[in-house]
Amino acid sequence: MQAVEASHVVKSFADKIAVDDLSFSVTQGEIFGLIGPNGAGKTTTIRMIMDIIKPDSGEVTVFGERFGKAARNNLGYLPEERGLYKKLRVLETIIYLASLKGMDRHRAEERAGELLEKTGMLSNKGKKIEEMSKGMSQIIQFIVTITHDPQLVILDEPFSGLDPVNVELLREMCVDLRNQGKAVILSAHQMNQVEELCDRILMVNNGRAVLYGDLAEIKSRYRGNSVFLDVEGELGDVSGVAGKRPHKGYVELVLDEKTTPQHLLEQLLSRGKVINRFELATPSLNEIFLKEVGKNR
Amino acid sequence: MTLIVPVLALLAIGVVQLVSAIIEPPEVETTTIGYVDEVGGFDQFTAQGPVELVRYPTQDEATVALLAGDVSEYFVISTPYTSAGLVNRYTLEKQLEPPPGIQGAIKGFLTSNMLSGKVPEDTIQLVESPLYLMTTRLTETGAVATEQGGFGNLVVPGIFSLLLALSLNFFASYMVQGLGEEKESRLIEVLLSSVTTRQLLVGKVMGLGVAGLVQVVVWLISLPLLLNLASSAFGGFFSTIQIPANFIVLGIVYFVLGYLLFAALSAGVGAISPNAREGQQLSLIYSMFAIVPLWFSSLLMLFPKSPIWTVLTIFPITAPVEAMLRLGVSDIPAWEMVTSIVVLVLSIIGVLALSIRVFRIYLLMYGKRPSLREIIRNLRSG
Repeated sequence: MQAVEASHVVKSFADKIAVDDLSFSVTQGEIFGLIGPNGAGKTTTIRMIMDIIKPDSGEVTVFGERFGKAARNNLGYLPEERGLYKKLRVLETIIYLASLKGMDRHRAEERAGELLEKTGMLSNKGKKIEEMSKGMSQIIQFIVTITHDPQLVILDEPFSGLDPVNVELLREMCVDLRNQGKAVILSAHQMNQVEELCDRILMVNNGRAVLYGDLAEIKSRYRGNSVFLDVEGELGDVSGVAGKRPHKGYVELVLDEKTTPQHLLEQLLSRGKVINRFELATPSLNEIFLKEVGKNR
Repeated sequence: MTLIVPVLALLAIGVVQLVSAIIEPPEVETTTIGYVDEVGGFDQFTAQGPVELVRYPTQDEATVALLAGDVSEYFVISTPYTSAGLVNRYTLEKQLEPPPGIQGAIKGFLTSNMLSGKVPEDTIQLVESPLYLMTTRLTETGAVATEQGGFGNLVVPGIFSLLLALSLNFFASYMVQGLGEEKESRLIEVLLSSVTTRQLLVGKVMGLGVAGLVQVVVWLISLPLLLNLASSAFGGFFSTIQIPANFIVLGIVYFVLGYLLFAALSAGVGAISPNAREGQQLSLIYSMFAIVPLWFSSLLMLFPKSPIWTVLTIFPITAPVEAMLRLGVSDIPAWEMVTSIVVLVLSIIGVLALSIRVFRIYLLMYGKRPSLREIIRNLRSG
């Protein structure tokens, strides 16, 4: 069963179309990247998944059903702009928000203890939220998101404002969630994070789907016929190369239509060249993103 | 606030008792006032309680005595008094009207002198002493009513109406502030991923309703104890204080309904306000109505039968405070009470339904408060 299934969803506010005929699905046991520039419709899409706002047309189902109490209790949401009750203590905050998800107090306290320990925050459980640093309260909010052990976790820009140590901590926890078979929707515009974590992506721009599918497959689709090469000594003339682009420490060879990277590698080996790096030039997600978003501007 | 009010009342009783035990009552100061008798015959009864009257042969001499500070004021008895009751009074003070003590002393002095030798001494005393009107309220069967009315009857509803008005203002502001902060911190989105808009709002409104219930019950429970204490400590007026028979039930009903209505209104205002500060400004509009019955409370005592009070009892925002106030002053007809409660209940349901709708539309809109026209248009298209 799909964790989320959206079919031809449309949502407009006043005279602006925020989401325009969007269809996608999120499977359990995957990290699904929802990417796009600011104002692309990511947050509106997330809010429609959670039934905070209703689509004008189209349908969204969560675990095969329209969003209801069961789905609500099975979902963890970390909003982009974060905030908790400032006067409430850490443990009380986690327990209260988990209880809204139908978790009993005793179990919530146990689970909060586990997660606080895992994140190294156990010593802060008695502190008030207002006494915590921004990064620390972000970790607490992440704990709040997953305390009730949801099967669907939606994270809106989870890494923004975090230091590298906490980014790594959160990344590990996201991977853990996937390994536990949960569906994780990751909305972000830091492409390197998405690239490293996500299995599949949906790229939206102006409310419409620009790219959708398996990340590796998308990247291979955008792969050009060129290789990154670093050899010891002079490269000399190589047949089948239409152009050379020098970079720091390596050179990018653009191959002509008749030559494959395999042919080039064989040619270099036959010449006895010592190869330090030979890599198919695959564009980064950031480059794909800029290319796709740039097209529509 | 729930516990503070009874505790403060207890403290006040204690402090007053303590102070009255330590401090001796102040001695009554004697005031000397002058008079000029141009008619003649006004020369007896110059000691009128704390007021001493001194005669001056002419107005000029009386003025000199006034300027010298020998008398605090003087008056002139001339022929207009005997024909039209007019007496000219001269003073250095700026006053709205003559102090009642002085007025009583002059009146007593004049009456006593006028009647002296014409009627027996006892009659003069009777004429001068105030009229004590003992009213007994009868029921429709002719029996003596258990609830006799009067100021003793007004005290408890009066205090409760004041407390209700203050509490409604406080809690309306508290709710708008809370919602505003949840919106500003975006915590509202986390809450809405856990509960529906309806659950969230009904929960908040019911929470305030229960807070109102707890508050009024605590106050009502502590009331007989405080009244007994005050009555045994001070006696006098305090021993005449009564709790109107239907006040306990109606007090609870109006407190709870008042809280629910103001909570529902605050939810709507919280929804359309971009932040807590603007929300609180908007909430002043309806919070002010809770105070309106108190502004006109003195008029209510003077004209208890006016139809204005019926309007204020039925108009839902003023109803809780007005009804409570009226319970102490006069009876409220049954039809009026029923209409008031029905209108209040219907208003709560209506406002809550509308607030839920507005909440859903505007909760996630940050930064800008919609105009009234926009709200109506959005509610229609909805």
